[in-house]
Amino acid sequence: MQQIINFIIRNKNFLLFFVLFSISILFTIQSHSYHKSKFINSANFVTGGIYNSVNNISTYFNLKSQNRLLFEENKRLKSLLYNSKNIAKADSLDSLNAPYYFSNAQVIKNNYSATDNVLLINKGTNDSIKQDFGVITTEGIVGIVDKVSGNYATVISILNTTSSISAQLKKTNHYGSLTWDAKNPALVQLTDIPKIAKVLVGDTIVTSGQSSIFPKNIPIGVVENYELDDAENYYEINVKLFNDMTNLEHVYIIENINKPEITNLLNE
Amino acid sequence: MNNLLSVNSVRFIVLVLIQVLIFNNINFLGYINPYPYILFIAFFPVKSNRAIIILLGFLLGIIIDMFLDSGGINAAACVFIAYARPLILKFSFGTMYEHHNIKFGAVDFGSKITYITLLVVLHHIILFSLEIFSLSKIILVIQKTLFSSIFTILLSIIITIIFSRKSK
Repeated sequence: MQQIINFIIRNKNFLLFFVLFSISILFTIQSHSYHKSKFINSANFVTGGIYNSVNNISTYFNLKSQNRLLFEENKRLKSLLYNSKNIAKADSLDSLNAPYYFSNAQVIKNNYSATDNVLLINKGTNDSIKQDFGVITTEGIVGIVDKVSGNYATVISILNTTSSISAQLKKTNHYGSLTWDAKNPALVQLTDIPKIAKVLVGDTIVTSGQSSIFPKNIPIGVVENYELDDAENYYEINVKLFNDMTNLEHVYIIENINKPEITNLLNE
Repeated sequence: MNNLLSVNSVRFIVLVLIQVLIFNNINFLGYINPYPYILFIAFFPVKSNRAIIILLGFLLGIIIDMFLDSGGINAAACVFIAYARPLILKFSFGTMYEHHNIKFGAVDFGSKITYITLLVVLHHIILFSLEIFSLSKIILVIQKTLFSSIFTILLSIIITIIFSRKSK
């Protein structure tokens, strides 16, 4: 017993180092598996508050470009509204979109230089935001809500090697999963598209609506180039994103009202 | 002693805030960010207890990780360099370290650069191998380590030059 205590005292620095290093590695491994990281995230009172107050100032620097984006979206929506000759069609569109509830938020921390990028938005449980809600901009998709606190939520960006979102070719219904190889923030990879699908450079990629997170037909990007994978069964497609992930400000959060029902059914 | 405590606490808070609010948004050429917050570990008083610097290194790293949503990669890298610091001090300053009378304001400039370089490169290798966490992307790890190290070393040297003059 004496010897054990002596050993601990002699090597206390190494043991301290070893314990703390193991804890850090544990946190790292947890953060690499989807929805597992528990304690270390920026959606808390202190970090969220600091980011929020700094963001209050820094938003002024890109007011102009954000204004222009919102203006263009308004223009697009106005033209949709006044050009819809068939009112009945507009009604049916409304009822189609009814299971999805939209709310808006602001990105207060954007990140795109790491391999596992996580954003922070200024809405949380107080605004009934929950885990696994989709996040989009006017131009394309951004990511999926992960950790939620009272006033803030973290979003797993599509520029994250652990994220995987179901996407498909717009012209056919061949679907695959959207991943990122951590090389270029403007390019993501669409894998598992079967060889039989006809892919062309410039084809539009949209969400497939199979995950019950995103509705169908939200634009993602266009095919930049493609090749067959090693086994020559599936295409690996480089997709150029429509939205600029390096310049995000106003985002929309999508809640699928039918999601609990769908997950219940799938888990049965 | 009280003065030492206040100086180091202020340094801790200022370095964390500058790191997460400014240096992590530089994104030079798309992905190169400097990490000069490890200057806190580099210039922590040499005479102090080794356990304290390891604990503070962990605290520093975990706070940075919390801000950056990066799991525990900064904590791991910081704990490692805090543990390895005596060895690096011995290597860079030689006999001066053995007599326990290093004053960072008064040491030779060349050995100071060696010291910072060693700490930064060690920190960045661990940081980026844990961040990317895949052997097949080893080229990306080396690339990121190299470019970010150069950036961090340059910035750290500039910061030390600016602040060592003020303190005199």
